[in-house]
Amino acid sequence: MKKHLLSIDDLTVDDMTTLFTTAAEMHDVQNRQVKKLPALRGRTIINLFFEDSTRTRSSFEIAGKWLSADTINIAAKGSSASKGESLRDTVLTIAAMGVDALVMRHPASGAALQVSQWVDAAVVNAGDGTHEHPSQALLDAYTLQRRLGGPGSLEGRHVVIVGDLTHSRVFRSNVLCLTRLGAEVTVVAPPTLMPSGVASWSREAGFATSYELDEVLPKADAVMMLRVQRERMTGGYFPSAREYTVGYGLTRDRLRVLGPDVPICHPGPMNRGLEIAADAADAAQSVVLEQVSAGVAVRMAILYHLLAGEETTA
Amino acid sequence: MSDTILIEGASLYGDTSADVLLTDGVVAEIGPGLSATGARVVDADGLVALPGLVDLHTHLREPGREDAETILTGSQAAAVGGFTAVLAMANTSPVTDTAEAAERVHDLGRAAGLVDVQPVGAVTRGHGGEELAELGLMHRSRARVRVFSDDGRCVADARVMRRALEYVKAFGGVVSQHAQDPSLAGPASCCHEGELSGRLGLPGWPGVAEEVVVARDVMLARHTGSRVHVAHASTAGTVEVLRWAKAQGIAVTAEVTPHHLLLTTDLLAGYDPTFKVNPPLRPQEDVDALRAALADGTIDAVATDHAPHARHDKEHAFVDAAFGMLGLETALPVVASVMVETGLMTWTDLARVMSTTPAAIAGLEGQGRPLEVGQPANLVLVDPAATLTVDRDQSVSLSRNNPWHGRTFGASVVATFLRGVPTVLDGKLV
Repeated sequence: MKKHLLSIDDLTVDDMTTLFTTAAEMHDVQNRQVKKLPALRGRTIINLFFEDSTRTRSSFEIAGKWLSADTINIAAKGSSASKGESLRDTVLTIAAMGVDALVMRHPASGAALQVSQWVDAAVVNAGDGTHEHPSQALLDAYTLQRRLGGPGSLEGRHVVIVGDLTHSRVFRSNVLCLTRLGAEVTVVAPPTLMPSGVASWSREAGFATSYELDEVLPKADAVMMLRVQRERMTGGYFPSAREYTVGYGLTRDRLRVLGPDVPICHPGPMNRGLEIAADAADAAQSVVLEQVSAGVAVRMAILYHLLAGEETTA
Repeated sequence: MSDTILIEGASLYGDTSADVLLTDGVVAEIGPGLSATGARVVDADGLVALPGLVDLHTHLREPGREDAETILTGSQAAAVGGFTAVLAMANTSPVTDTAEAAERVHDLGRAAGLVDVQPVGAVTRGHGGEELAELGLMHRSRARVRVFSDDGRCVADARVMRRALEYVKAFGGVVSQHAQDPSLAGPASCCHEGELSGRLGLPGWPGVAEEVVVARDVMLARHTGSRVHVAHASTAGTVEVLRWAKAQGIAVTAEVTPHHLLLTTDLLAGYDPTFKVNPPLRPQEDVDALRAALADGTIDAVATDHAPHARHDKEHAFVDAAFGMLGLETALPVVASVMVETGLMTWTDLARVMSTTPAAIAGLEGQGRPLEVGQPANLVLVDPAATLTVDRDQSVSLSRNNPWHGRTFGASVVATFLRGVPTVLDGKLV
């Protein structure tokens, strides 16, 4: 594996397989009464969050702690530009404290990549603007594989991703991750929420696009609903929540179209009633809570492989 | 310093070879085998002589950000680049929106004495986009302001733009418009809107945000019978609008930057803020259209949009970093390589787009004059066979946001003369 995890593009299929194997081992640890492993004892991980996050930050924090690393959270609220300090100065200051890994969330796309060029520590991208969120994509793929039949089971399966694609880092990482694992991916959104240039991008990257959820849904082997922020309405991306739900929500009617074994993912937090009906969120085929639990295991695997290297074993 | 300079064996406009005698600030003689006792001799064998370059668009950062550039260091960078006149944009702190502010820029330029620094006046007070600045007083001032711009921001309100165009007619002024519809491309828009911005998750700046403003402005120019200038044209669509407007006889002129003639949006793939500029770098199709438009006269001039920034203002996340890149020192090498070496233009054409026409657009007397006896001795000598590898640390600018670092060009500026006085010799400031 490369030194940093900034993008799914940093990982080969072999790297992903390794991560999933380790994650499965870590996942078993979660069911033990004593969950701590000594693998990263003495290592320091800083969760540097320039943007609010509860689930991703806690997930990385628990992952680091269960591996016995010293895990510290730093909330650097507000853009550093507004404080007059450059991003480079901010991260160099933190890195100078002696840090092995920086787990970084930033509202600006590309920030983690830029930071990785300035510091010696391993950088894990925990979400950069609307660009990528690689650990989320890995935990999604891991969760789906467990539901669909184990390692390798995404090969040839049809995954449908629905929602605000333009502003979604989860979509960008997932489309890279899922296609790399052999899945067929169709992304669905109204034209205003499709990323610019998606026509040529999808051709090149080998995924499909659609404006018609009802045409795509019957052919889905898995569905991933993305959060739609209500402020997109004021941005003129769509006229009303009601209209969005009618066109693109996973409603009770659409739930019936899905087979009972088609897993439903959502990265959270969910807008129940907007992009996902309560019936779908709480259905037996919903894997929303499994995603959260898998998140810790996958992040343990990421931290372990970036920091423990080849000389130690779990 | 000698009052008399004899330039020996220069190729005028890359054509006939001749000696040029500069005396008392004017071109005294042109011809073969000239001699003059006591003259300082400059060997120009193999060099191309052109009229001193004129830049319609620079940001010299003084007053306000003297850590990034000053009128003196900006003048030095201009002279090294072969310029004898530059227009200094008004988006300083405070904004150049009064006669006093314009005179101060003008006077600091004269004190530096390396190029004629001509202040651009703000169109609106404080660049607020609402009330007209004191356009007439700036024009009547010692600085004789004739070009007005809110550059950095668009004069977005059609009513304000209309009034500004009408008002400057009284004294032959021109409004240089930064064409960017703020509702289509807001302040966060930092990457050409296209496949790359979609992949990178960067807020897009679509070409149409420029084109709708250019289209509106040429119609306003037609309606008011006034003159509008399009700053840093960046898209093929803008070129189409300009071509149509010129065919109608509308008084519109346009400039293009060296970077929009060569650099493309794919340079943003690594999120390097060095390549963050406004308007953004565009795809190759736009670059090709801009080159063709410059060659056929649809675009009138090259202007650098030299935009120095302190290092720390570029060391932010991409969307937070400052817009802009250096341009003065490298403009001629870039344009020579893109337009002359490719056969799209001759050296005479280059003189037209980098000296004669910009001087005419700005109404600068004594600049952009032909290489003829009796004309002000503003000249640049260019080595058309140089190998120039740009090293940002060799720059005389105070800033280092140089997108050309490490690139090699086939032409360089050897000497610059302002009214007969050498400002640059052997590529170095005198």
